Amino acid sequence: MSSSPYSGSELPDIANSDFQPNLSKRYALDQVFEQLTWIATFIGLLVLCLLLYDIISDGASRLSWQFISSFPSRRPATAGLLSALVGSIWLLCVTAVLAFPVGVGSGIFLEEFAPDNFFTQLIEINIGNLAAVPSIIYGLLGLQVFARLMRPITGGPSILTGGLTLALLILPIIIVATREALRAVPNSLRQGGFAVGATRWQVVRDLILPQAIPGVLTGTILALSRAIGETAPLITIGALTFIAFLPPLSLEGLQTDFTALPIQVYNWVSRPQPAFHTNAAAGIIVLMLVLLLMNTTAVLLRNKFQKGRM
Amino acid sequence: MMSNMTNPTMISDSHAHTQEPALKMEGVSIYYGSTPAIREVYLDIPPHQITAFIGPSGCGKSTVLRCFNRTNDLIPGAQVKGNVFFHGVNLYSKKIDPVEVRRRIGMVFQKPNPFPKSIYENIAFGARINGYQGNMDQLVENSLRKAAIWDEVKDKLKESGLSLSGGQQQRLCIARAIAIQPEVILMDEPCSALDPISTLRIEELMQELKAQYTIVIVTHNMQQASRVSDKTAFFNAEATEQGGKLGYLVEYNDTVNIFTNPKQEYTRDYVSGRFG
Repeated sequence: MSSSPYSGSELPDIANSDFQPNLSKRYALDQVFEQLTWIATFIGLLVLCLLLYDIISDGASRLSWQFISSFPSRRPATAGLLSALVGSIWLLCVTAVLAFPVGVGSGIFLEEFAPDNFFTQLIEINIGNLAAVPSIIYGLLGLQVFARLMRPITGGPSILTGGLTLALLILPIIIVATREALRAVPNSLRQGGFAVGATRWQVVRDLILPQAIPGVLTGTILALSRAIGETAPLITIGALTFIAFLPPLSLEGLQTDFTALPIQVYNWVSRPQPAFHTNAAAGIIVLMLVLLLMNTTAVLLRNKFQKGRM
Repeated sequence: MMSNMTNPTMISDSHAHTQEPALKMEGVSIYYGSTPAIREVYLDIPPHQITAFIGPSGCGKSTVLRCFNRTNDLIPGAQVKGNVFFHGVNLYSKKIDPVEVRRRIGMVFQKPNPFPKSIYENIAFGARINGYQGNMDQLVENSLRKAAIWDEVKDKLKESGLSLSGGQQQRLCIARAIAIQPEVILMDEPCSALDPISTLRIEELMQELKAQYTIVIVTHNMQQASRVSDKTAFFNAEATEQGGKLGYLVEYNDTVNIFTNPKQEYTRDYVSGRFG
C-alpha cells in the first residue's frame, strides 16, 4: 500500500516491539473517510447547483425592473411582485422587532439568571419541542389567536398577524442560539466579573453579552432567513395573494392585508399558464437574492462585532 | 474588668500586641447539596500577613478560600454553615450584600482571566461599576504600578488585556483586584499556570503587597508556601462512607512551625513529601 504520505520509515528499527503500527492500513482508512466526507459535500453542492441552474434558466429572462416594480396582474407579462417584496420586508421587520428582544431576553434569563430546577428544565424541554413543531401549526394558532381573537388590534390577517405568527415560529430558534452563544463564554470571565464586585446584570451586560453577540446575531439572522421562506403559516392565517397596493408606512400599515414572496410564488406556480411559471422562477430568484443579502449582513455584522471585542 | 476601666491605656496596649484577625472562621462547614465537602473549620487570618492553604488535591482548600468573598454563593447547591467574620462582622449574616463583600475582599484566580477589554478597561471596570468617584487615570496607573506591571504596559493601555503573556496577565488580574481597593486579596493557586520566572515575580509582588493588604493564598506548591507565607494551614481529606471526600483543617500554625516542627503526623508526612 502506498497510501502513506511518507515513502518509508527512516527511523531505526527496534526489534522485539509490542507495537504493530500498521500504518498503511490506518492511512488508507484516513483517505477513505476523507473521500466519504468529500462525496457528502459534493452531493449537497450538486443538488444546490442543479436547483440554481433550473431556476435561473427558467426565470432569469423574466427578471427586470418592471417585474420588481409592478403589482400582480392577470396578464403574466405585466405582473410583478412589488407588493410581495414589500410585504416580505415588512413582515421581516415586524418579526425581527418582536422576536429578537423576547428571544434574546429569554435566552439570557434561562442561561444566566434562572436557577436550575424542575420548572426551568420543563421550559427547556418545551422550547426544544416548539422548535420542531410544524410551521402550519403555528399558522393555525396565529389564525385563531391573532387573526380572530385579537382582530381589533391586528386587523385580521394583517402584516401584524403574520409578523406575530412568524415571531412565535422562530422564537425557539433564537432562544436556543442565544443560549448556545452564552454558554460558549468561559465561566472564568463571569467569576472575574463577580470578583471585582459586579452584580449579575453588570456581568451579563459588560462582560458576557459583548462576547456572545456575534453568535446571537448569527442565530437571529438564520432564524429570520427561515421566516422569510415560510409559506404555510401565512396561507393559514389568510394572507391574500392579490394585493395591488402598498401598506402605508405607519401603524395602520401594520393592520393592512398583505402578501409575501413565497405566497406569490406559490400562487403563480399553481396557475395553468406556463408564463406564470416563469414568473414564479423569477420570484424565487428574487427571494434567494433577499436571503443572500440577509446572510451577507449576518456575516458582516458578526465580523464587525468580532473585531470590536478583544 | 476593673483594670480595663481604670487603666484604658492598658487595653489599647494589649490590643496592639494581639492583633484582631482580619478574617475569622468559626465552625465553617460547606455542603454541595446534602453532601458535606468541608467539616468544621476554625481559623484566624492575621492582617497584613500572607496565609497559605496547602493540602492534597480535592481537600477543599479552594472551597474554603471562596467562603471569604462568598463566591460559593454562585455555585448552585453550595451551602455554607458556620460563621465567617470580617472585622468582627459575620459575612454570612442576612444583612450582608455579597457584592459589597467581593469589593472589600478581592480575588485572583488560578488561570489568569483578564477581561476581553483593553488593559486600561481591565483596571477601570471594577472601579467604575462600584461607583468610583476619583481620578480614573490615576487609579489605573497606581494599580498597575502596585502590581509591578506599569512599566511593561504603560505604552499600550489601549491594547487588549489578552495580548499580554500569561505572567503579565496574572499581574494585570492582581492590579484589577487592587483597583477596587480591597483590604484582603484571595489568591487561588495564582502561579499554577505560570513559568518559574513569572512565579517568582508574583511571589516578590506578594511580599510588597502584604504591607497594605491581607493575603490568603491557596497553593499546591509547598516550596511556594514556605517561601512566601507567614502562616500555613494544612488541609487534608478523608474518604466518606458515601465514597466522597470530606476536607478538614489538620493543622494551622506559623509557616516555620508547619514546615520544621509540625504537630500532626499527617502534616509531617505531607510537608516531607511522603504523600500528596
